[in-house]
Amino acid sequence: MKKSLLFDFTVNKESNTINVNREFAAPLDMVWDAWTKPEILDQWWAPKPWQAKTKSMDFKVGGMWLYAMVSPANEAHWCKADYQKIEEQKNYSLADAFCDENGNVNSDFPRSQWTNIFTGNTDTTTVNISIEYENLADLQQIIELGFKEGFSMGLENLDRYLEEQLTFANKTK
Amino acid sequence: METRRDIFQAIADPTRRAIITLIALQAMTPNAIAEHFDTTRQAVSKHLRILTECELVTQKQQGREIYYQLEINKMKQIDQWLEQFRKIWESRFTQLDHVLATMSAGRQAIKNNKK
Repeated sequence: MKKSLLFDFTVNKESNTINVNREFAAPLDMVWDAWTKPEILDQWWAPKPWQAKTKSMDFKVGGMWLYAMVSPANEAHWCKADYQKIEEQKNYSLADAFCDENGNVNSDFPRSQWTNIFTGNTDTTTVNISIEYENLADLQQIIELGFKEGFSMGLENLDRYLEEQLTFANKTK
Repeated sequence: METRRDIFQAIADPTRRAIITLIALQAMTPNAIAEHFDTTRQAVSKHLRILTECELVTQKQQGREIYYQLEINKMKQIDQWLEQFRKIWESRFTQLDHVLATMSAGRQAIKNNKK
């Protein structure tokens, strides 16, 4: 078995922030691309069984990523990210939102502030994600609403899915 | 001041998380808990008070000593709530691992062709 990769998930209630730390077994430039290129993001961004479908993406300061989270029943939830700061292969920050298919923000739902920091190690890359909400109720709302329908179903598939991934990882070794 | 009654308040502090881990194994007296930390006994008492207000620990009198014990069911609430969110990220990252493995294999193939 491969050495397990770092995965930290913490919630700081005082700052209404979620912190996620994850190590990936790939070089920095590759991991950076996976987070900043729509054709790669579409392959992994949506938790199964949802699918991410990019409508447009302009990865630059002031630019936007407009995409849909599509359920197995083909229902689309539109989301967007407004990029605010980018330091190539180091970090970027954005404001996320639910919106319509033209990117008009739906203000019924809370927005959050993201900062993603990339650190290249010898043969792995660590990504530190911090997601800040205005208050904890917002965070709770996001969790409860966002993935209610599709996600419980996803959980049932997850174990099987992980098994497949493991087999795949062993094969590629 | 508002009373602290929220489980997330309880786990927001690293010392409190350490206390939770400690008493998860067995109920302990405040003195025994304090021995595990470099901070003052008062600081540990304050953390225990917050944990009690959050109903994450309860006190139990045994002889002349007071023992603090963890309320496992309360902990489970945090777990259930966070687990959903954690799973989302796990699922994402497993997919990303897969994508990166494919990308690595592709890059390796290009390198080999050039040789």
